[in-house]
Amino acid sequence: MALVEIRNIHKNFGTLEVLKGIDFSVDEGEVVCLIGRSGSGKSTMLRCINLLEIPDSGEIRVFGENILENRDVNSYRAKVGMCFQQFNLFTNMNVLENCVRPQIKVLKRTRKEAEKKALQLLAKVGMLDFSRASVNTLSGGQKQRVAIARALCMDPKLMLFDEPTSALDPEMVQEVLNVMRELAAEGLTMIIVTHEMRFAREVSDRIVFVDDGIIVEDDKPEVIFTRPKSPRTAEFLRAFM
Amino acid sequence: MFISNILKIFRTYGTSLLLGVRTTLLVAITGTLAGLVIGLIVGGIRAIRLDFTASNASRITKKIVDGILNVYIGIFRGTPMMVQALFIYYLLLDLIHWTYLQAAIVVISINTGAYMAEIIRSGIQSVDEGQREAARALGMSNSQTMMEVILPQAIKNAFPAVGNEFIVNIKDSSVLMIISITELMFQAKSIAGSTFLFTETYFIEAVIYFILTTIASIVLNAIERHMDNGNVSLPMSDTNPASMNLAYHQTGKAGK
Ligand SMILES: Nc1ncnc2c1ncn2[C@@H]1O[C@H](COP(=O)(O)OP(=O)(O)O)[C@@H](O)[C@H]1O
Ligand SMILES: [Mg+2]
Repeated sequence: MALVEIRNIHKNFGTLEVLKGIDFSVDEGEVVCLIGRSGSGKSTMLRCINLLEIPDSGEIRVFGENILENRDVNSYRAKVGMCFQQFNLFTNMNVLENCVRPQIKVLKRTRKEAEKKALQLLAKVGMLDFSRASVNTLSGGQKQRVAIARALCMDPKLMLFDEPTSALDPEMVQEVLNVMRELAAEGLTMIIVTHEMRFAREVSDRIVFVDDGIIVEDDKPEVIFTRPKSPRTAEFLRAFM
Repeated sequence: MFISNILKIFRTYGTSLLLGVRTTLLVAITGTLAGLVIGLIVGGIRAIRLDFTASNASRITKKIVDGILNVYIGIFRGTPMMVQALFIYYLLLDLIHWTYLQAAIVVISINTGAYMAEIIRSGIQSVDEGQREAARALGMSNSQTMMEVILPQAIKNAFPAVGNEFIVNIKDSSVLMIISITELMFQAKSIAGSTFLFTETYFIEAVIYFILTTIASIVLNAIERHMDNGNVSLPMSDTNPASMNLAYHQTGKAGK
């Protein structure tokens, strides 16, 4: 069954048409990577899925509901985790508290439950030893792992990643990708915008090439990387290989 | 001569000068704290950005409230506090029969609130937009985002400007003598009036103000340094001992 189903969405920023009719779906348990040039609309597409942007037209169904008609956006967003390029940890809280506070506020968990969950997930991303640390003292890779743990604390049914490793020093990329590999192996549904082509190839069930506000190609990784149907995909990938 | 006159004033009027200092500090401290509370509320409300989930009714309400707050800020920043004090004191006198001191504290609070609202607003703007988005993406509401993430950081960023308001209030509370509160300026004026030692009295007054503002800046700087060391970010985040123990305990176990 499709967990995410996008039909013909358009999005303009002023006079700039950023999404020009996107059709796209993701099944439960699938890992899909979005690739494409900077400015092609990948982030906007991802941000429409958790309503950080609202498309001008079209339909988005997630978990079987039309989310554009949903009035309870906050509890919807709690079910969709998002990780950003810039991590966006709360700098007024320590690592543990970053993971605990949203659970208490949004899911109304008790502090005890929330801390138990947070410590479990910090352990999972290898950041348990830093639970008392101030976020400013962490490296980029560590911050991103905490951001992933924070999102996972909400028990999301779907995770969105917007270039989670693009702001990292090269030596820190793998520690984040390893965490994501583990999540993929556990069957979490994930949509990932990335420029890490080897990772995309190995982890995804499907790869979607976005160019200039449209989906040019959407296929299995072997197809995209070895015999893309569109010359535009081939040209984009050549620049990367 | 000058020195002996000064000593004479101290001997005779020491207690009334101290009373003046007490009233000045009372007015300045309560005015700054109450003004900060007003500024947080006003600045917080003005910084709320309604998203697409907001109903039309709340959109209209927000517009009206914003309009009223802008008028409040404009008027209280755009007119002298002395005039505000006179006007408000007499405006409400028949209604609530308040004392000069009550009126003075109310006026300085509302006046400071207008400045604080702007200070808090720029503090809020200095908080990185990504954190607001992350909070919303986690499902936190507009007001939860404001209370949990934005305001604690805005206050920290705005602290130097907030402290500066306190120093301004120590000095500017002097204009409230116009409604006869017995703060330092008022006391000095009456001492000068009865001793005719104008230069000496106002010299003493200036020195006292200078000492008060200097002590205040030293204290404020110390607090600010403490914040920069990251210490004050702790009470803003959660470090209740039970949580920390739990974290430490589990960490310790994981390490073994
Ligand atoms: N909030 C915004 N306001 C105006 N233009 C925007 C906004 N967000 C994105 N854009 C523009 O939309 C286009 C697509 O952006 P984006 O979705 O971020 O692309 P990508 O993630 O593929 O690099 C870019 O030209 C970008 O400048
Ligand atoms: Mg992007």
